Amino acid sequence: MRAILPGLSPASGLLPTQPDVLVIGGGAAALCAAIAARRAGASVLLLEEAPRWLRGGNTRHSRNLRVMHESPSPLSVGVYPDAEFASDLQRATGGTTDPALARRLIQGSAEIADWLAGAGVLFQPTASGVLPPSRKTAFLLGGGTAMVNALYATAERLGVLIRYGGAVRDPRIGQGHLDRIHCQQGSDTRTLQPRTVIVCCGGSQANRDWLRDQWGDAADGFINRGTPFATGEVLHALLRQGALPVGDPRGAYLVAVDARSPNDDGGIVTRVRCMPAGIVVDASGRRIHDEGGDTASTRYALWGQRLAACPGQIAYLILDARGLREAPPSLYPPLAAENIAGLATRLEIPAAALAETVARYNAAVRPPVAGADDSDWRTDGLEPPKSRHARPLIEPPFGAWPMRPGITFTYFGIAVDADTRVRLRDGGTVENLFAAGMIMAPNLIGRGYVSGLALTIGCVFGRIAGAEAARHARG
Amino acid sequence: MPVDESLAEARRVLGICNVCGYCNGFCDLFESAKRRPALTDTDLAHLANLCHGCRNCLYACQYAPPHVFAVNVPRALARTRQRNDAEYAWPRAWSGLLAQEPRIALLVTGGAIGLLLGIVLIGVPPETLFAAHAGAGAFYRILPWWVMVLIGVLPLGWSLLAIGTGLRRYWRATGAPEPITAPVLWSAVRDVLTLRNQRGGGPGCNDLDDRPSHWRRWLHQTLLLGLLLCLVATLTAGLYHHFLGWQAPYPWLSLPVVFGTLGGIAMTIAALGLAWLQRREDRTPTDPAARAADRAFLAQLFLVAATGLALLAWRATPAMGLLLAFHLGSVLAFFLLLPYGKFVHGGYRFLALVNEAMDRRRGDARARGP
Repeated sequence: MRAILPGLSPASGLLPTQPDVLVIGGGAAALCAAIAARRAGASVLLLEEAPRWLRGGNTRHSRNLRVMHESPSPLSVGVYPDAEFASDLQRATGGTTDPALARRLIQGSAEIADWLAGAGVLFQPTASGVLPPSRKTAFLLGGGTAMVNALYATAERLGVLIRYGGAVRDPRIGQGHLDRIHCQQGSDTRTLQPRTVIVCCGGSQANRDWLRDQWGDAADGFINRGTPFATGEVLHALLRQGALPVGDPRGAYLVAVDARSPNDDGGIVTRVRCMPAGIVVDASGRRIHDEGGDTASTRYALWGQRLAACPGQIAYLILDARGLREAPPSLYPPLAAENIAGLATRLEIPAAALAETVARYNAAVRPPVAGADDSDWRTDGLEPPKSRHARPLIEPPFGAWPMRPGITFTYFGIAVDADTRVRLRDGGTVENLFAAGMIMAPNLIGRGYVSGLALTIGCVFGRIAGAEAARHARG
Repeated sequence: MPVDESLAEARRVLGICNVCGYCNGFCDLFESAKRRPALTDTDLAHLANLCHGCRNCLYACQYAPPHVFAVNVPRALARTRQRNDAEYAWPRAWSGLLAQEPRIALLVTGGAIGLLLGIVLIGVPPETLFAAHAGAGAFYRILPWWVMVLIGVLPLGWSLLAIGTGLRRYWRATGAPEPITAPVLWSAVRDVLTLRNQRGGGPGCNDLDDRPSHWRRWLHQTLLLGLLLCLVATLTAGLYHHFLGWQAPYPWLSLPVVFGTLGGIAMTIAALGLAWLQRREDRTPTDPAARAADRAFLAQLFLVAATGLALLAWRATPAMGLLLAFHLGSVLAFFLLLPYGKFVHGGYRFLALVNEAMDRRRGDARARGP
């Protein structure tokens, strides 16, 4: 298939300057767009900024997709009707969802698993017996990286030209038309004039400067859980060219991650999850919030926001031996000490303050009344309270996980119409510019999140954008 | 890699897997590791043998090298298996043989073939050795029947004792305390017959690259079948000899020859196929020492099968005498090396599958409640 675009080895740096469709990005949305456009007969060039081993954006770290299904399927138990998906989306995002896009998302989700399977993606049936029971999502066999591999293999087989390591910069929009764009590979810069462009290159969560503009010094305490290539360069360049922004520039989906995690790309395993088993103190040794209060699936994100508000954006989950036994396996072992003072020294926080916090907490702990649930331990007269699972911290050794906010994605992107065409600030759209995936996800999720949503947005709108772009290019 | 480093690396890597869990649809390893969060040395000995080295989890891994977490499960567990095979080898003083396997295999095979050639060249008059023999007892004119039996029984007996001792030690260290029941045994046998843990959850494994295939699985089973057919051929020949009084060589369409021929052809093709796969495969997931051990074992199997087929083809010609010595020499070496090479993986894997089946049953019983 390479032969259809001859003389384009990476060494030569040559790129076809006028493909029917240029796809910018390399995750699920980009791959689905490229495959859909190529199947519709368009010549497709896909530019992934990451090197090959890091290809795939944050799809690499994903695990499942949210899919509507009106009858039980091998991939998801029970049913997940259209209306329920719609109300989940509405509730989780606080009503920030664009209704027309939500329609297309939900309808598209019903057939996306079949479409992906047709593109070589493997799913893990619930019959494998080792998955968490899920009615609303379908799991990828081996996770997102396996999906990325399968989609790249399919795209290559179909004749999509794929280039790694090239940064796309400096798009020019005039008269509702994207005229040209630059591609940098090393010191070499080329001007491309594709017939249509699909941007699928994600949000800005890996862009430290931009985060600092929004969050001030607090941004320095963030850990980026995903790809270091989500810098939002193309997003911000398009906004400067008149594209309509959507969402909140300061909005970020944050979860609690181990403070020792790498600055980028630590993925799923960096999460710290067992707050109810202990107490959370900030750098001054004082508790910051009710550790037993959150039960919904949103609890991870709530702790991310709380950590962002802490001095130095750091806090510590303190457990005693009982809590440590209950804690799920973790990426890094807890910092441990035989007593609270020793633990404070290891954490470099004031020992007296931590000792006082623990003593006051232990004194306020009340066991459940007879016959009540075992989780019903609570504090009495303590501020902030711990409303459930409030076991005393008395059994040595003591341990702690240092935690920081882990940024997962940003709630700020580019506005699109129902066909994923990019909208302009002064009204109208760019006729040959489309967007899919997390760069346009804030049209649907202005805040909040539900599991499997991002991947469904990427796949469904990638597919739509690919088909629309091919139609426009060949039109 | 020093002994404890291989265990430490396996522990580190599976520790990350136990937090992630994305690969739990590929094989039993990941759920089993979750049930053993402490990842003690014996846990690792069990888990390493549960891993069939299929590599899907490496290709699917978001943390595979060059990621800073550098998670490479197949390689970490290949090294753990190498280490364990040495630890459970008997007599332990000989476990060093395993580390030197290709060199030892070459030495022993060359020595055994040389010995047999020497015996026939010195002990058999040239006019007998280089004559064309036909009819019953032809082979025994080159080497008396009792010599052949000694060449077979003595090394094989030793090797079975050594392997049995190793397996018993392994089971004592890793096995479940309760008795092995028939359903458990049947479950493990089924896992061996289907190589269930080498199906990647269904679609196959990354034998060569990032596309799943079933090549390794099919070639492995062809090799196993070939080996079993050769065993059956030998047993039927024994029956013919002892109970029917018929002496080898047997006619082309007799049971021993049919079984042996089919088995030899299957082994030859499968050994060549597996060696080809090994040449073409991505080397990242494997360990150089483990690859060398695999190669040495494949070479031995190929030699035994190919010399056997050659002996069959030219048994009526004057070349028979030397071919017989050559074949018996390769068989002698194969038998001698059984406990100190890749062959032992069969036993350890089987016990790991038995252990796993017991674990799962226990888990199911717990889930059903008291």
